[in-house]
Amino acid sequence: MALKTNILFPRRVGMPEGDPANTHDLLTPEELESRGILFTSLDKLFRWGTGWSLWPLQFGLACCAIEMICTTQTRFDMSRFGFEVFRNSPRQADVMLVAGTITEKMRPSVELLYHQMPEPKWVIAIGSCAISGGPFVDSYAVVAGADKVVPVDVYIPGCPPRPEAIIDGMLQLKAKLRHPERQKVVRDVK
Amino acid sequence: MNTETNKQGRYSEVYQLNFGPQHPSTHGVLHMLVEMDGETCIGVDTKIGYLHRGMEKLLESRTYLQGLPYTDRLDYLAGVNNNLPYVLAVEKLLGVEVPARASLLRMLTCEIMRLASYMVGVGIYIMDLGAVSGVFYPFQEREYALDCMSALCGARMTQSYIRYGGVQADINEEFDVAYQKLVAETPRFIEMYHKLVDENEIFLRRTKGIGVISAEDAMDYALTGPNLRASGVDYDLRRDAPYCLYDRFKIEVPVLTAGDCYARYVQRMLEVEKIFQLIKEIYAALKEEPAGEIMAKIPKVLKPAAGEAYAQTENPKGIMGCLVASEGKLNPLRVHFRRPSFDNIAIFEKIMPGHKVADLVSIIASFDIVLGEIDG
Repeated sequence: MALKTNILFPRRVGMPEGDPANTHDLLTPEELESRGILFTSLDKLFRWGTGWSLWPLQFGLACCAIEMICTTQTRFDMSRFGFEVFRNSPRQADVMLVAGTITEKMRPSVELLYHQMPEPKWVIAIGSCAISGGPFVDSYAVVAGADKVVPVDVYIPGCPPRPEAIIDGMLQLKAKLRHPERQKVVRDVK
Repeated sequence: MNTETNKQGRYSEVYQLNFGPQHPSTHGVLHMLVEMDGETCIGVDTKIGYLHRGMEKLLESRTYLQGLPYTDRLDYLAGVNNNLPYVLAVEKLLGVEVPARASLLRMLTCEIMRLASYMVGVGIYIMDLGAVSGVFYPFQEREYALDCMSALCGARMTQSYIRYGGVQADINEEFDVAYQKLVAETPRFIEMYHKLVDENEIFLRRTKGIGVISAEDAMDYALTGPNLRASGVDYDLRRDAPYCLYDRFKIEVPVLTAGDCYARYVQRMLEVEKIFQLIKEIYAALKEEPAGEIMAKIPKVLKPAAGEAYAQTENPKGIMGCLVASEGKLNPLRVHFRRPSFDNIAIFEKIMPGHKVADLVSIIASFDIVLGEIDG
C-alpha cells in the first residue's frame, strides 16, 4: 500500500520567510523513530547485525568444551541470543571459542584454525587453562594461555565456567562489537 | 562401482586421510591417520597427545591435597569417579578406615556421575551419526544428575567431592529435592529414548555389524567397561572385586554378545537402568544409616608411609587404576593412572580396516572415549 501523505515532510504548506535552509518542516529524530524510520551509519548497522548472528567454531579441547555443549543444549539454550549456529569448518565461523587447555602439540593447529577463519573474527577464552594455563601452568607440555597463540577478546573465568558464565561472556563480546569505543566492561549494577 | 583392481590388488592408489585433530566426531582432539583404498580404510594409525598436560608429572610436585583436583580433569565427564582410585590408593598408604556413611556417599555420587557420563556417551553417539535431536534428551537428563552434584558440593563437573578419609559434605535438603527430580525423570527418559532411537532404520544400518569385537579380542586388547561387556565378557569390578561398600548391594551386570556398535549402544542403555536402580538402593541405605561422621580422623598435613599402593575402580569408561608410590614426604614420588579410554582405543587398528569412513565415525563414537583421559 502506498503512503498517501509524505511522512518526511507532512507539514509542508509553503516556504516561510526567514528559513533559507528550509528545515522548519523536517521531523526530529524522535518523531521519525516513532514512525519507524531510523537514521544510522552502515558501520553501526553492520555491527548491530553481527552482534546478533555470531557463528562460533565447533572446536573443543578439554573439559570446558563439555560446558560449552551444555550451553547450547535445552536448558541454557544459546540460540536465544543467536549464537547457536556452530560451524564445523573454520571458513564459515567468525568466533573461536578456545574451550580448554592448549598444549604445545595442539598449538600449531589452533594457530592454523585461527588463520583459516575469515575476517572479521573474534576469540573467546573459556576457562582458566585458556586464560593463563590454569592448574597446568607449570607443565612442560602446556601453553600458558590462549593469548600466547591468538589475540583474545573476552576471557571467561572458571574451571570450567558454568553455562551462565559462558552466555555472559558471549553477551560481553556482543557489547564489545556494538560499542567498540568502550575500553572496559560496563555493567548495570543495581 | 569400479570392480577392476590394479597390480597390487587395490581399487585405487593408496592414500592417507587425516582424521582430526579438529573434527566434530573425534570427541575432542584425537588424530587418526587413515590409509585409504578408494573409500575403504585399510589401516589406521592413532595419534594421541594433543591434550597431554603432563598430569602424572605435575602430581609429583604437588602435595596430596593439592593433587586431588587434578584427577577430576582426567575423565572430566565423571569427576568424582576419578577422585576415587587416587584417594583409595593414598588411604591404603595412610591406613585410614573410612566411615560407612562416607563410603555410601562416595558410591552414591559415583553412580550419579556414572549416569551423567553415560548420558553424554549415548547422546554424542547419536549426534555423530547425524541425529541432532537425539542429543537433547540425554543432556537434559544429565542436567538433573548435575543438579544433584551441584546441590551437594557446589560444582557441576569437576567436583573434587571425595576427600582423603571421607567426603566433603553430607546430603542436604537441596540435594533431596534435586534427587527426587532425577528419580522422577529418569524412567520417563529411558522409555522415551528407547522409542526414539532403538528401531530407527538409519541408526540400525549404521551400527549393526559394524566394528565387531570378539570376546577373545576384547580380552587380548584389555578392553574394560561397557565395551568389554558388550562383547560377551561378564566382568564388572563393582561385583567381582568390590571396593567401598559395593559388596552390600546386589550388582546386576547386563552382558551382550554381539560386540558391534549397536551392542555397545544397547549395553549402555541397559546399564543406565541398572545404575538407576542402584542409585535408589544406595540412597535408601543412606537414609537408614544413622547420621554421623563423614570424615575419618586424618592429620592436617598428609605424609603417607613409604611404600606403594594400587587401587582400581570401575569407571564409566572402564577400569581406572591408580598407583601411588610414596617416600614418606609431602608429595608423592610417583603417580600413575591406568586410564581406561587409553587402553580401549588400542583396538581401533584391529577393527577399523575394511570399513568405510562413515563407519569409522560410528566406531569411535560407540567407544565413548574421553581425550582428557587418553592423553593424561
